[in-house]
Amino acid sequence: MARSARASTAAAYTWVGTANFTDLLGDEEMAGALGNTLLYAALVLAGVPLSIVIAALLNVPGLRGLSVYRTLYFLPVVTMPAAVGLTWRYLFNGDFGAINHLLGLVGIDGPYWVGDPDVAIYAIAIVGIWSSIGYNAVLFLAGLQSVPRHFYEAAAIDGAGRLRQFFRITLPLLTPTTFFVVVITMINALQVFDLVYLMIDTTSPALSGSRTIVYLFYEKGFVQNQRGLAAAIAVLLLGLILVLTAIQFRLQKKWVHYE
Amino acid sequence: MNRPRTWPAYVALAAGALVMIAPFVWQIVVALQTLPDSLRVPPKFTPSWQWSNFAEVFRTVPLARQFLNTVVVIAAVTAGLLLLCSLAAFAFARLRFPGRGGIFTLFLAVLMVPGELFLIPRYEIMVDLGWLDTLQALIAPGVFGAFGTFLLRQFFLTLPRELDEAAQLEGANPLQIYWHIMLPLVRPGLLALGLLTVMWSWSSLLWPLVVNTDPEMMTLSAGLASLRGQFQTNFPILFAGAAVASLPVIVLFAVMQRHLIAGIAFTGSKG
Repeated sequence: MARSARASTAAAYTWVGTANFTDLLGDEEMAGALGNTLLYAALVLAGVPLSIVIAALLNVPGLRGLSVYRTLYFLPVVTMPAAVGLTWRYLFNGDFGAINHLLGLVGIDGPYWVGDPDVAIYAIAIVGIWSSIGYNAVLFLAGLQSVPRHFYEAAAIDGAGRLRQFFRITLPLLTPTTFFVVVITMINALQVFDLVYLMIDTTSPALSGSRTIVYLFYEKGFVQNQRGLAAAIAVLLLGLILVLTAIQFRLQKKWVHYE
Repeated sequence: MNRPRTWPAYVALAAGALVMIAPFVWQIVVALQTLPDSLRVPPKFTPSWQWSNFAEVFRTVPLARQFLNTVVVIAAVTAGLLLLCSLAAFAFARLRFPGRGGIFTLFLAVLMVPGELFLIPRYEIMVDLGWLDTLQALIAPGVFGAFGTFLLRQFFLTLPRELDEAAQLEGANPLQIYWHIMLPLVRPGLLALGLLTVMWSWSSLLWPLVVNTDPEMMTLSAGLASLRGQFQTNFPILFAGAAVASLPVIVLFAVMQRHLIAGIAFTGSKG
C-alpha cells in the first residue's frame, strides 16, 4: 500500500521565491559537491584516451577473436552499477582489499581508498573509467572502421611508420567521434551517483571528498526531505551541463576535423 | 600487402581484458567464501565453497521477488517505449503537421536535460497518484523518452519517400503505413533501442531507490543497494547477491552482443 496519506502536492509546498538558490550559494556542501563533481568529470575524461588505444588495438588488421575481446571489455558496461560499486568497495578496502595487497607486493603502501576524503574521488573515478571503457571503445572502433584503408596504404608507401600513421591519420580522422565521446562522457560524469552511493558509506568521513551534486540532490531531497532545495540543485546541475556543453561546442572548432 | 605483426596487440589486449574481468572473478570467488576467509590479510584468492551464502541472501531479502519485479518492469518499459517512441518518431519523420519543427526542437532540448530535474516532479506525481511502492511507479515514467524518439526518427528518415506514396495510392492510412510498412523496416533500430533500454533499466538505481522503499516492491538494483545497509562488510553475502543480479544481463549481452554493439555504434555516427 502507498505509504503517504498526504492530500495533495500543492499543499505541501510554500512559495519561497529564490530562497532555495540563495541558500545553496553560501552552502559549503554545495561548493564541495561542485568541486568533487568537476574533479570526477575531469578524471573520467582523462581516461578517454585509453578507449582510443583499445579501439585501435581491436582494429589491428588480421586480429582474431575480436568478438571475444569486445565481450570482455564490454562486461563492466552491462553489469549493474550497484554490483560493480559493491565489488570495488571490497577491492579498495584499505586493510584486506586486493588492490592494496597487490600494491604492497611492489612496495607501495596503498591508502584507505574509500575511507579517505582526499583519495575517495580518485577511487570512484577509476571505477568510472573502468566501467565506461568498453562503451567508448565500441564508439571509437566504429569511427576507426570508417577510416578508408587506402589512407593508410598511401601513408605506408610514403614511409610513415604505424605510430606516425596513428598520430597523423587515425587521430585527426577520429576527432568527430572523440568529440561525441567527450561530450557524452562529460554529461554522464556530471550526473554520477550510483558509484558514490555504493562505494562510500553514508556515515564515512570520505563523503566530504566524494559527495557529488546528484548525491547531494538525493540526500537533500530524500534523506532530509528538503525537496525544494533538491529541485534547486537539479536546476543548477542543468545550468552546469548546459554551460560546459556549450563550451565544448565552442572549442570543437579548434580541434575537430569534419571531412 | 604485408600484414603488421599482431602479437603486441594480443598481449596488450589480454592484459587489459584481465583488468576488466578480474573483479568479476574475484566477486564470484568471495561469494563462495566464509566471512572470516573474506576478511583475511593477505587476501585468500580461492573459494571455500560456501554455497550457503546464496541461500542466505535469498532468505534475508526477497531476491526472487525483486528479480521478478525487475523482469516485469523491464518488459513493460521496453514494450511501451518501443511502441510510443516509434509512433512519435514516425510522425516526426514521415508526416507533415503544423509545428513539427518546433516540437522536435523541444524534444532535442529535453535530451540535454539531466534526468534528476524531472525526478522531484515525477515523485510528487507518484505521491498524488498513491503509486509509491508500486510497480507502475517504476514503469510509467520510463515508457516514453526523447532519446528513443530521436534514435528511431533517424531510422525512419532513411526509408524512401516512394514507400509512403505507393501505400497512400493503395488507400492505406498513416497508422496502417506505420504498422504494416514502416515498422518492419526499422527493426534494426527497434532492436538496438530495445537492448539499450533493457540495459539501462536493469542498471537504473536512483529512481527505483526513491519511489519504492518496500523491499517487496524493489528492483534488483535498489535491493542490492539496500543489502549493503543490512550486511555492511559481510562481503560473501553481498557478492552472492551481486552475482545473482549481474548474471542475467551478462548472459543476455553475450547472446545479443552483435545487435547491441551495432546500436551503440549507430548512436555515435548519427547522434
